[in-house]
Amino acid sequence: MSSATITLPATRPSVLGIFLTEVRYEFVRSLRTRAYSLSVIGFPLVFYLFFGILMNRNQNFHGISVATNMLAGYAVFGAIGASLFGIGVGLAGDLSAGWLELKRASPMPPLAYLLAKCCTAIGFATIIVTSLTIMGITAAGAHITLLQYLQMVALIALGCIPFASMGLVLALVAPFNAAPGIANMIYLPMSFLGGLWMPIEVLPVFLQKFAPVFPTYHLKQLMLGIFHYPNAGSTSVHWLALAIFTALMLLCAGFLFRRREQNS
Amino acid sequence: MTELMEAPSTEQQQATETVASLTAVTKRYSNGVLALDNLSLSLHRGQIVALLGPNGAGKSTAVKLMMGLSSPTSGEVRIFGADPRDTATRLRTGVMLQVGRAPEMLRVREHIQIFRGYYPNPMPYADLIKAAGLEGLESRFFGQLSGGQRQRVLFAIALAGDPDLIFLDEPTVGLDIEARRLMWAQIRSLAARGKTVLLTTHYLEEADALAHRIIVINQGRVVCEGTPAEVKSLGAGVSGEAGGPQRGIKIIRCVTTLTAEHLLAMPTVSTVESHGNITVITSAQPEATLREMLALDQTLNSLEVQSPALEDAFLALTKSSN
Repeated sequence: MSSATITLPATRPSVLGIFLTEVRYEFVRSLRTRAYSLSVIGFPLVFYLFFGILMNRNQNFHGISVATNMLAGYAVFGAIGASLFGIGVGLAGDLSAGWLELKRASPMPPLAYLLAKCCTAIGFATIIVTSLTIMGITAAGAHITLLQYLQMVALIALGCIPFASMGLVLALVAPFNAAPGIANMIYLPMSFLGGLWMPIEVLPVFLQKFAPVFPTYHLKQLMLGIFHYPNAGSTSVHWLALAIFTALMLLCAGFLFRRREQNS
Repeated sequence: MTELMEAPSTEQQQATETVASLTAVTKRYSNGVLALDNLSLSLHRGQIVALLGPNGAGKSTAVKLMMGLSSPTSGEVRIFGADPRDTATRLRTGVMLQVGRAPEMLRVREHIQIFRGYYPNPMPYADLIKAAGLEGLESRFFGQLSGGQRQRVLFAIALAGDPDLIFLDEPTVGLDIEARRLMWAQIRSLAARGKTVLLTTHYLEEADALAHRIIVINQGRVVCEGTPAEVKSLGAGVSGEAGGPQRGIKIIRCVTTLTAEHLLAMPTVSTVESHGNITVITSAQPEATLREMLALDQTLNSLEVQSPALEDAFLALTKSSN
């Protein structure tokens, strides 16, 4: 190249490269944000320690150990927390601060932003499942094969999507200051009623009948299916329910986003 | 259509080459608010243009339209002859917005590197740090920075892609004098390298010091546009009864026994105000006015003659368009 300032028609940075950078920094940022990382990882682990291990040591329930049943529940609980808070609260913050506008005005591919947040939630969910599995095997004598562990990780990764979609809706509806509160108002009751905190069979019968309304229930039943739990129900019905829930949430988010765009 | 990118321009070509334009743009929000009303403006290569106007004048709407963050109700927005939403356009523009909060747990270095990664020919990292005055702050988390330091990071982000067109929304808010001067110098050197800068600011001093051209907008319309000197004289003209563009308007301050009625009767005087014992006179032909006043009042003293400040012009212009 000569000393003259000639603008070379340089190749555009690859979309994949940008995407990977966004994911990396979103993950690092979330990990450093202790209000997020400590609570999202910490709560499921502490709850599992108390309710899954200390209180129900060596007990069996419908053919599988309570420790395994609860592991499935708290893994789902953790994945939802990571998705709902990561996408819902995180996006609400970026929207209210005007940061998202700055990102959108840049040449960043718009999907990179959302996918980075989604992948980060999946990363956290994987950390949670892995920690719970280690706790279950070492402290509660749960029997989990490598294949079952991998199945759990894959299921949890997919399971983040419906709740990430729900996070999108939350971010577009809730003002930033209210977002964490509203997220908890959805998260905690939905987890309890979906049978994530204790086996669904322990709940009063009318609540058990009500449970299939919640996506949390279906994801947990799919998790239990990995351990051949007799009450897991039909896999296809659970997948369908989650797909419908996701579609509804995405439609809702699309509508809210368009309305927001028209006002901007 | 001429190829804008490659042609090595002479000075003259530079001044006429249109980089960005709004043509008869009207923007009505869905809540019925009319933000821009048949507004047209254009930015030329190598120029620093300041967009001035009171809050709610439509400045940020105009900027958002040019950044492709919003679309006009009617009219046309072109950046480098293309749609502002095209990625090819975005690769050549840089933006500094008023951002309440950037992700706080990322370091200054990381923020800048993320944005550099979006562009094919980013500005060298060390140059960016120097241009934005961020030496020594590179390892800090964004959340640890002061308001002025945050502004400088956002400035570096705007320049990350070495863009040809830069939008700066209130760039020096919260900066101390030294940092403001540094940023001014950077903005001037951008223009000297043939970059185009659109700046919105509330600091009239800043527009006066930096801009080649000032566009005053109010209620979604261009009130006037011109060099800082032209805008000043226009403003002084508007504040008098005659209106119209007049050069050479001056403000005369003195202690005089002449009455306001007497002064206003002089054909060259457009306004008279008194502040305590000081009389303030706006005159289109200050020499003639002064000759007459000095002849009539032997006791006239404490005389000062000033060019109208941009602030006065701005207030007069936006007031008269209401």
